Amino acid sequence: MSELTNPAIGADPNAPSGGFSFDNVHRNALLLQRQFPSPHSSDPNASANANSGDRSILPLATKTGTTIVGVVYKDGIVLGADTRSTNDTTVADKNCEKIHYIAPNIYCCGAGTAADTEKTTELISSQMELLRLNTGDGQSRVVTACTLLKRMLFRYQGYVSAALVLGGCDLDGPHLYQIYPHGSTGKLPFTTMGSGSLAAMAIFESDYRDDMDEVDALRLVQRAILAGIFNDLGSGSNVDTCVIRVDGTVTMGRNEIRPNEVGPLRDMVRRSDVLNMREGTTAVLRSSFVGRSGVGVSMADVTVTAMET
Amino acid sequence: MSHQYTADYDAYAGKSAETRHLKPGELSTGTTIMAVQFDGGVVLCADSRVSTGSYVANRASDKIAQLHDHIWCCRSGSAADTQALTDYVRHFLSQLAVETGRLPEVKVAAHLMRRLCYQNKDNLMAGVIVGGWDPVCGGTVYNIPVGGACIPMPFALGGSGSTYIYGLVDAEYRENMTKDEALALVRKAVAHAMARDGSSGGIIRTLVATEEGNVRDYVSGNMLPYGPAGW
Repeated sequence: MSELTNPAIGADPNAPSGGFSFDNVHRNALLLQRQFPSPHSSDPNASANANSGDRSILPLATKTGTTIVGVVYKDGIVLGADTRSTNDTTVADKNCEKIHYIAPNIYCCGAGTAADTEKTTELISSQMELLRLNTGDGQSRVVTACTLLKRMLFRYQGYVSAALVLGGCDLDGPHLYQIYPHGSTGKLPFTTMGSGSLAAMAIFESDYRDDMDEVDALRLVQRAILAGIFNDLGSGSNVDTCVIRVDGTVTMGRNEIRPNEVGPLRDMVRRSDVLNMREGTTAVLRSSFVGRSGVGVSMADVTVTAMET
Repeated sequence: MSHQYTADYDAYAGKSAETRHLKPGELSTGTTIMAVQFDGGVVLCADSRVSTGSYVANRASDKIAQLHDHIWCCRSGSAADTQALTDYVRHFLSQLAVETGRLPEVKVAAHLMRRLCYQNKDNLMAGVIVGGWDPVCGGTVYNIPVGGACIPMPFALGGSGSTYIYGLVDAEYRENMTKDEALALVRKAVAHAMARDGSSGGIIRTLVATEEGNVRDYVSGNMLPYGPAGW
C-alpha cells in the first residue's frame, strides 16, 4: 500500500482537521508591542516626537472603516453601504462591495476586518443553502441566518472582527438584525454600524418613520450613507443599496449615488496650452509602410511526421 | 521647542468596575434590572439601554428574556455572554420539560443558569436574575451575580444602576405586596436608577409572570415616574 491509496500514511497525525488556528495570537500580540526603530534615533530629542518612530512592525489588516445601515419599511427592507475600504490611513479600495449575499431573500452588510466579514457571510451563506436543500424548504428564515452568525461569532469570542447588519424577508415579513463581533444581536426597525454609524444614526433618529413607503425608505438610507461618506474619514466613495421586498423581489443598487466622481472635476481644470501637445506638434519627416511578415503559422509551414507505432 | 501632544487611546478609560472586564468594543448591558416576588407570581423589570463605551448601541432593547412558559430572566453584563447563556438555559429547560412531561421549576432554571455561570466564570461577564412562577413554589426570584452564586431572594437588584437604589428599595419594600404594589415599586426604583446611572436609560420594561400567563408592559422615556421630565 502506498501513500497514494492510504491518505493516513505520511499525514501529520497532529494536524488540525479544519477551522481557524490561533497558534500565533500570542506571538502576534508580542510583535505588536515592538515598534520600528525611530528614523531619527541618533537625535536624542526625537524620542519625544510621538509621530516619528511610533509604528508597529506588523502590517495592519485591511479594515472596512465603514458606514452600513438597514431600515424596515412597509413592504420590506432597505440595506445600504459605502464603498471605501481602508488600510490604516490609506484607501485600499475605492469601490468595494459591502452588501453580501446570504440567501435569495437575505442580504448582509459587513463592517470590521474585510476578510472576516467576507468569509463569515460566505460560510453562513453556504450553510443556509445546505439547510434549504436538506429541509426541502424553498425559503430561508432571517432568524436562522442570525442564529448561525451569532453562534459562530460568539465561539470566536470577538476575534473574528465582523460587525453585521442582516436584513431579509421571509414568510413572517421583513426582519432586520444587528450583530456585533462578540456575538450579541438585536432586532430593530432601523440600525447603523461601522465607524460612520454615528453620522448615519443622526439621520435615522431625526427622520425615521414607521411604515414608510419604498421611495422614502430608500431616500433615507441614501442620506444616511451620504452622511457617513461626508462626515466620517473611514467611509467614502459611493452609495450601494439593496431593497428586499416581502414579495420576494430584490433590487441591488450598486453605486446608486456617485458623489465622488473625479472625471468631471479633472475636466474642469484649465491647463496651460504649454502643457497640451496639439496634433502636429511633432513634424513628420518621412513615412513608409512595411508589410507584416514572420507572424502566424499555417499548415504549409509545418512538417508533418508520421507517428511511430 | 515645539509643543508636543501625545494622546494615548486607552480602550478601558472611564469604565466602571463592572464594565472593566469587558473586551474593547464589547457591548454591555450597563444596566438596571430587578425582580420582586408577590403572592402568586413575580414582577421583572429592566431599563432598555445597551452601550459600547459612551455610545448607546440600542436605546430600546429587551433585557427580559424568556426561559420557559412561566420562567424569565433579567440580563446584565456582556450582551453576547448573557444572550448565549439564556439560549443554552432555554434549550436545556425545553428538553427537561419534554423528558419529565411537566412544567420545570424556577429553582431548576436558576440552578442551570448558575451552573453555566460558575463553571465558565473565567470567560463570562454575566449577572442574571431568574424569576418566574411554578406549581411547586409559586412566584420565585433567584439572584445569580457575577461570580456564579445562586441566592433565592424575595426581591433582587442587579446591574450598574442598582447601587443607586438599594436604599430606596430597602425602605419601600414590604412583605406580601400585591401585584400592583410590586409593579409600582419596580417602576419607581428603576426610574430613579436611570436618572443617576449613565449606563441605564431609555424606557422601563416590565413583565408579570403568574399562573395565568405573562403580561408585558413598558413605560416610555417621557412618562417615567421620576426623571428629567419630572424635575
